[in-house]
Amino acid sequence: MTAISQDMPRMRAETRVRRAEKPYVHPYAAGIALGIVLFLAFFITGNGLGASGGMNRLLVFAEDIIAPGHIDRVPYLLDMAGGDRNPLDSWVVFISVGTILGGAISGWQHGRLRFELNKGPRISNGTRLLMAFIGGALMGYGARLARGCTSGQALSGGATLSVGSWVFMFAVFAGGYMVAYFVRRLWN
Amino acid sequence: MAPFPLPIDSLLGHWPSYVVYIAIGFGFGYVLEIAGFGKSTKLAAQFYLKEMTVLKVMFTAIVVAAVLIFLASAMGLLDYNLVWVNPTYLWPGIVGGLVMGVGFILGGFCPGTSIVAASTLKIDGIVFLLGAFFGIFAFGETVGLFEDFWYSSYMGRFTLQQLFNVDAGVIVLAVVLMALAAFVFAEYSERTFGKGLVKKAPRWSLGAAGGLIVLAGVTLFIGQPTNADRQEALAIDQETALTERSVQIHPAELLAYLNNRQIIPYVIDVRSESDFNAFHLPGAHRVPLDGILPLAQDLQLQPRNTLFVVLSNEEAAATDAWRMLNAEGIANVYILEGGINKWLDTFSDEAFQAAYKVESAGVDQLAYALPGALGSRYDAADPNPAAFTIEYTPKVKLSVGRGATGGGCG
Repeated sequence: MTAISQDMPRMRAETRVRRAEKPYVHPYAAGIALGIVLFLAFFITGNGLGASGGMNRLLVFAEDIIAPGHIDRVPYLLDMAGGDRNPLDSWVVFISVGTILGGAISGWQHGRLRFELNKGPRISNGTRLLMAFIGGALMGYGARLARGCTSGQALSGGATLSVGSWVFMFAVFAGGYMVAYFVRRLWN
Repeated sequence: MAPFPLPIDSLLGHWPSYVVYIAIGFGFGYVLEIAGFGKSTKLAAQFYLKEMTVLKVMFTAIVVAAVLIFLASAMGLLDYNLVWVNPTYLWPGIVGGLVMGVGFILGGFCPGTSIVAASTLKIDGIVFLLGAFFGIFAFGETVGLFEDFWYSSYMGRFTLQQLFNVDAGVIVLAVVLMALAAFVFAEYSERTFGKGLVKKAPRWSLGAAGGLIVLAGVTLFIGQPTNADRQEALAIDQETALTERSVQIHPAELLAYLNNRQIIPYVIDVRSESDFNAFHLPGAHRVPLDGILPLAQDLQLQPRNTLFVVLSNEEAAATDAWRMLNAEGIANVYILEGGINKWLDTFSDEAFQAAYKVESAGVDQLAYALPGALGSRYDAADPNPAAFTIEYTPKVKLSVGRGATGGGCG
């Protein structure tokens, strides 16, 4: 398996007891593995993958503890947590639990489990974090608007040949490419 | 009947069945991490054409999964009807996608990859995740302002093979070829803009590409099972159920469910328009026999506590409809015993019968000559269940069914 390792030895200041960082898997190999995971999800359960759905339900769970009355006044939230409904009682929540575990264990195995901040060379840490927050907010908002994120719509709907998911996928790439030029300072 | 997807909820129990999802999620997170998707700079490079990892991983995953799904379906291992296909809400999807694209290039992640980034302690990933929670929260608070838009351009379970009206195998093969063309472009783009930072495709990838084309070709060659194929596979089960009369419910049982708040009755009336106009049950959906299969897709999306009842004047047409829906894997479909004729015999009063009852003109014909088109405005269309004490054998056994429980990202 070949590897790509262009910008690796950057944040290596505090080298202590740590596993050596291993190179990433080749994109095609990773893609085949991801495709098999996606297929198994559909084959065994009938459901695909998801991420923002699990985050949504975790958030609603927290809201239900802090402000239960509020949940009962917003129909969108009521669907998930109204009455004695438990917002965590959904498969997509457990997909996210698994995703955290899988990511952390792979990161640990391959020497990539460590505090670090990845950013373009020309911006400060503060700018990077501000942009991460704004980008995250747009992602979260857009994912709920589109009823799914890259995992739940593009990957899952793409593999099952949903028209809406394919249109969505092109919209995501279009949105990114439309703005990329104007924010090139962030990454280059 | 195709053995997959498995009814894991009833096999393992409700909460224990979530272990399966944890395992799937584990594989998902692990693969995203080894692909380098925990690293924002790697993801963002996609939009500057220097490193096309995102495109390569995503499209490879999509075509590999699509080939395997439709091959398994063609081979009769997997019931595609029970697989969750994201329903299409065209414009909310487009606008949401554009917003996400902008979020992607500003933040450097998508929700799934930010979970992996955060779980490997990337600080920008953690902050992105917090931002995503904020965005989701903001959506919940503001969706009420544009709810009409959010529910607009709904097209149901709408697939590319329906759009182009071809066998799914054709689409699968086309998608594989499109992806391979995109990869050729990606390799070229990386050589041009990436200044040789990215190694070129390994030799085995050509073999893998060839393998995908072959599998897609086999999928197309076998073809997806039609409703007739599905009925044939189920013929013995269906005939047993029909001759044992375990799926024909007495009018009184239907009446009880029409007045049961825990069950959502969905009455499908397959009779002619004139018969329907002459008399029908309140809330009944008139669907002629040739409209049953297109409807099946929407029925899959109905809530789990829906009871489907098909009816005709007697039973012949209703039984045909039942065969089709049962073969499509719709759970909880029943036939109204004796059809509308028996319903009227049971629930109309003597005066009504004296005035309108006639000899049936033939098989599955209406045995009442009703004046005008009063539809459901007769008392007998909506009888008071308390006014009748009728002995019947309850037949309905609601099953939770199997397969997707709704929501790609639900």
